[in-house]
Amino acid sequence: MLKINNLHASVEDKAILRGINLHVKPGEVHAIMGPNGSGKSTLASVIAGKEDYDVDEGEIIFEGEEIDDLGPEERAHKGIFLSFQYPVEIPGVSVTNFIKTAINETRKAKGLDDMPANEMLKLIREKSELLDINRKFLSRSLNEGFSGGEKKRNEIFQMAMLEPKLAILDETDSGLDIDALRIVANGVNKLKSKDNAVIVITHYQRLLDYIVPDYVHVLHNGRIVKSGSKELAHELEAKGYDWIKEEVEA
Amino acid sequence: MELKDKLVSSFMAFEDMVDIDSPVHNIRTEAIKTFETEGFPTKRQEAWKYTSLNSILKHNYSVFPKHENALEYGDVKKYFIHDIDSYKIIFVDGKYSSHLSQTTHEGIDVCLMSAALTKPKYRLVIENYFNKIAAKDGLSSLNTAFSAEGAYIHIPKNKVVEKPIQILHFSTGNESALMLQPRNLVVVDENSHVQIIERHQSLTDNPVLTNCVTEIFANKRAIVDYYKIQNDRQTASLIDNTFINQKQESIAKVHTFSFGGKLTRNNLNFYQNGERIDSTMKGITIIGDKQHVDHNTLVHHIEPNCESHQDYKGIFDDKATGVFNGKVIVEKEAQKTNAFQANNNVLISDKASINTKPQLEIFADDVKCSHGCTIGQLDESAMFYLRSRGIPEKEAKGLLMFAFSNNVLDSVAIPEIKNRITKIIAQKLGVSIGFDL
Repeated sequence: MLKINNLHASVEDKAILRGINLHVKPGEVHAIMGPNGSGKSTLASVIAGKEDYDVDEGEIIFEGEEIDDLGPEERAHKGIFLSFQYPVEIPGVSVTNFIKTAINETRKAKGLDDMPANEMLKLIREKSELLDINRKFLSRSLNEGFSGGEKKRNEIFQMAMLEPKLAILDETDSGLDIDALRIVANGVNKLKSKDNAVIVITHYQRLLDYIVPDYVHVLHNGRIVKSGSKELAHELEAKGYDWIKEEVEA
Repeated sequence: MELKDKLVSSFMAFEDMVDIDSPVHNIRTEAIKTFETEGFPTKRQEAWKYTSLNSILKHNYSVFPKHENALEYGDVKKYFIHDIDSYKIIFVDGKYSSHLSQTTHEGIDVCLMSAALTKPKYRLVIENYFNKIAAKDGLSSLNTAFSAEGAYIHIPKNKVVEKPIQILHFSTGNESALMLQPRNLVVVDENSHVQIIERHQSLTDNPVLTNCVTEIFANKRAIVDYYKIQNDRQTASLIDNTFINQKQESIAKVHTFSFGGKLTRNNLNFYQNGERIDSTMKGITIIGDKQHVDHNTLVHHIEPNCESHQDYKGIFDDKATGVFNGKVIVEKEAQKTNAFQANNNVLISDKASINTKPQLEIFADDVKCSHGCTIGQLDESAMFYLRSRGIPEKEAKGLLMFAFSNNVLDSVAIPEIKNRITKIIAQKLGVSIGFDL
């Protein structure tokens, strides 16, 4: 589904990603862990198409097609979804209107008509129940004045509505208490299928107790320096990142 | 001949058309003298530093249209807020159009300035209110000198006017260039409530210059809700001079939607003569090309315990230019004043510009006054967020612009106006928004 080959990316001539290789197949959950500043969020943004970053070398192939030149919306239309670490507050646009627009623009890109209003309402009701989101919340301005937990839950709600093939969860666990973490993880797990894939980016192992990864990768200094099974996450939790750094630098 | 000289010398011809024995005519004669001395404002004057009239004064304007021109309702329907029942005072090339209008004298007077200036039954109101608060500067004096036609609205006390009143000025383009000087008077007595919509619209690309003066009197506990829709062709320019005198506990709101025209200057002045007065002025400006919109506002807090709220949003594309000059004066006696002012702008293009200047003159010591001006580009992180959800760049921009100007529409009391403005904004931003705000 996703093949990243030798990806180098920089921002304002500062190299951040220095040769990433990552292959994700349908049905898989990959965790990307690593210390602060290792390039985790950059990798997420580059896959989603953020234009602040320059891809200097390498390629990103999604479902057999190179997507380097596609805008973020085109990648979204192909089924890539990024759950933001810091969702942006947009006063004046309600959650409902935002998600309606997102869905109908995606449909338009696929040559489909707008989703009928009753179908949309049904979908919104179904997905908001899944994430324990109440109605009033949906008519509020997008992310404006939301708590950390509400913002993250709203991200996963959007994911549930858009049903992406590849979901990238960027530090979705940060700012969540344990109850919110459970709701969010439960939501993600319910959306998992053999046809879609998830990349979980996290600093801590905590989220991975709930969203269990098939593979764990450790990112350090813009490279994946170690890959393993979910046990690697436990090891990192117990021993911290320093031993990896030492191993790499040795 | 320069326009100024042409206007001054036309005054004699104008006198042949009006009743020169009326007391109003003394006011006109004084005014033409003032205009002769003051002339048109220039960029040397502080209040006109960023707005030059030179390019619009160069045309050879007809001052009096030669013949009456008729329009069919079907051809101009789209310029009306046509999905509501309303009174209508309609002018075509400065002349009253009776068949497009719907006036009334039933308990209220919604009619013509020409009638009010000449008929004895209006004499008292004219004596008490006409030209009492209009400025004595060059432009307003010019209008006063040629004041003969416009809307006359008098709401006696304890009347809630159920239907809004639409004032529309059409120019047909039958003159190669036309100058109009409409003069409106609105008097709303104690406890009365009125909603007014005003629009100036030219129908061809022949240049039109409108120099309009509106005097509004909101007496004790009156409510005046005024909407100005400015979405004219790029060959039409408007200098709008509006003066509002408020008595105690009155509420006056003016919404100005500036989406079109070559040059638009809004001189909007509120005078608070009483306690517990509420004045609101809000505006949305969305322009592009080489259009220019200048909001020059004044709130004069004269007595204690009053409020004023100003909120102007501007979106400027291409080489468009904007000016916001908001003056708030709080007199020494005006304790416990609450005065708020905000002017937020987004520049979409590198070549667009806005000059924004709050001017606060506060002489009282127990007041709450705030002001804030911002000028920004579109928030890049918000753009990425929207696009990453599948919303294309153009639509994402539109959505952000909508969101940006949205709160100005919250205070619009007539849903049909809100809908219309929402549609105009969508059209201006070139997006189809899949929902109503």
